[in-house]
Amino acid sequence: MALLAIVVAAAPIGFTNSYFYDVGVNAMFNAIVCVGLNLLIGYAGQISLGHAGFFALGAYGSALLTTMYNVPPIGALTISALVVGLLAFVVGRPILKLKGHYLAMATLGIGIIIHIVLKTESKFTGGPDGMSLDNFKMLGFTVMGDRMWYWVAGVLLILAVWLALNLIDSPVGRALRAVHGSEVGAEVVGVDTSSYKVLVFVVSAVFASVVGSLFAHKNGFITPDIGSFFGSVHLVTMVVLGGMASVFGAVVGAVILTLLPQVLASVEQYEAMILGVIMMGTMIFMPKGLLPSLLAKLKSREAGR
Amino acid sequence: MTLLKVENLSKEFGGVHAVEDLTFSVEPGHIHSIIGPNGAGKTTLFNLITGVYTPSAGRVLFQDRLVSGLKPYELAAMGMSRTFQNLQIFFNMQAIENVMVGAHLHLNRGFLSSFLRLPAVVRGDRECRARCTELMEFVGLAKYLDADAASMPYGALKRLEIARALAAKPKMLLLDEPAAGLNATESREIDEVIKRVAASGITVVLVEHDMKMVMGISDHITALDYGRKLAEGTPAEVRANPDVVKAYLGAHA
Repeated sequence: MALLAIVVAAAPIGFTNSYFYDVGVNAMFNAIVCVGLNLLIGYAGQISLGHAGFFALGAYGSALLTTMYNVPPIGALTISALVVGLLAFVVGRPILKLKGHYLAMATLGIGIIIHIVLKTESKFTGGPDGMSLDNFKMLGFTVMGDRMWYWVAGVLLILAVWLALNLIDSPVGRALRAVHGSEVGAEVVGVDTSSYKVLVFVVSAVFASVVGSLFAHKNGFITPDIGSFFGSVHLVTMVVLGGMASVFGAVVGAVILTLLPQVLASVEQYEAMILGVIMMGTMIFMPKGLLPSLLAKLKSREAGR
Repeated sequence: MTLLKVENLSKEFGGVHAVEDLTFSVEPGHIHSIIGPNGAGKTTLFNLITGVYTPSAGRVLFQDRLVSGLKPYELAAMGMSRTFQNLQIFFNMQAIENVMVGAHLHLNRGFLSSFLRLPAVVRGDRECRARCTELMEFVGLAKYLDADAASMPYGALKRLEIARALAAKPKMLLLDEPAAGLNATESREIDEVIKRVAASGITVVLVEHDMKMVMGISDHITALDYGRKLAEGTPAEVRANPDVVKAYLGAHA
């Protein structure tokens, strides 16, 4: 935790221009979404291939409310998050009864529906042309510029990690992990497993929505493609790469997969291929994800001494 | 007062009568064993009592309340707790955390207080950990206090399930073959644990194949065969029953 704070604070030392800050903000935004998504995937053992949809709903919620109804940005963010949470609750209740591939398909469907709605309801969303919105203002203070966004995102990331760590090591968090371990085993000691699954689904969706709202304000312009199927897969890949059931692993995965395309920009045509190879390598050699595998390796080396 | 009443209970799986028209009752404070050959319907009966399955017909009353149709977690809240023949351990967690999940119903389960780690949650968790440590010692798992569940041997996991079930503070504990797969020493130790559980005032319902254990510790035995009640009574009565002998030995007596 302290290490994360130091990394966030120290990273800008190497940032030579605002482009670095921009990438940094995106990495941290992704990291926050992944910390939430990891609660669902890594800890509770469920899957969602539709989280980019919740992210996009947050973004569009903020865009619509601030531009058409003059709602202040923080209000728009909150209302969007509440609506997304409610939506996740309503759809989560029936679909989280499904398991494995079936759950993956159902969440995939939700993501695709959201994407299509955003694309076709052009009366509200501008369709494929996208929407623009203003800076994020709060209490007479305007967040603008990559530098300022960097610090906002940094603080929020640390807050998100803190919340997630709290949750995991609490009665609620243990119940969630127990759902992953054995649903019937959890049921017979009094854990209402279906409610807990819905709860964590809602929490992870709200994380995505809040970040979506902020992302929209930061970019000033959004298109429906932020909610595409590929976006959802990207998020899941970050969680799996970094390490399921590891809060910091999700952060690491998000940062790596956000930076990678920048680093590989010179060999752009091979980017997807390299990404695929990394993914396959992780699955084969480090199925628990980068961070947990490396930590286990360090531990066993210490023990061997 | 009778603690558990099973009345004309039946369960069919696509034409197979796993449990058929079964009636019996469990008295509080007893160790009540359910015996029968493989496939007699013992585990199905457990799943019916604890809400994992819904009965095809008949009903179950716990503390004189109709409970058939309730979910397992609702029954747990009423004081019914169980272990499994095929282990249902949370292998992704530490041993002690497994037991702490057992105490779920007795902890502050507020979502926001967990999210913000309010002092009440921290205090509750500390007390819970202390109590669960005692429970692990009680079932003889003192040396696994810091272990991951995934690193523990089979015999220890069987006890871990008992500790988890006890953490729920049940009135009635259902044990599904706690000694299966254990060697003679281990099953004698489990035997001791069960006696101590019963002595602490918890009613025990036991499914077990180890006849020595069953005859030694039971107050009352119900014998099943092909989902029906074959015999019932004290260990001595059941042992002397010709139908039981026939079902077990296949004798043409």
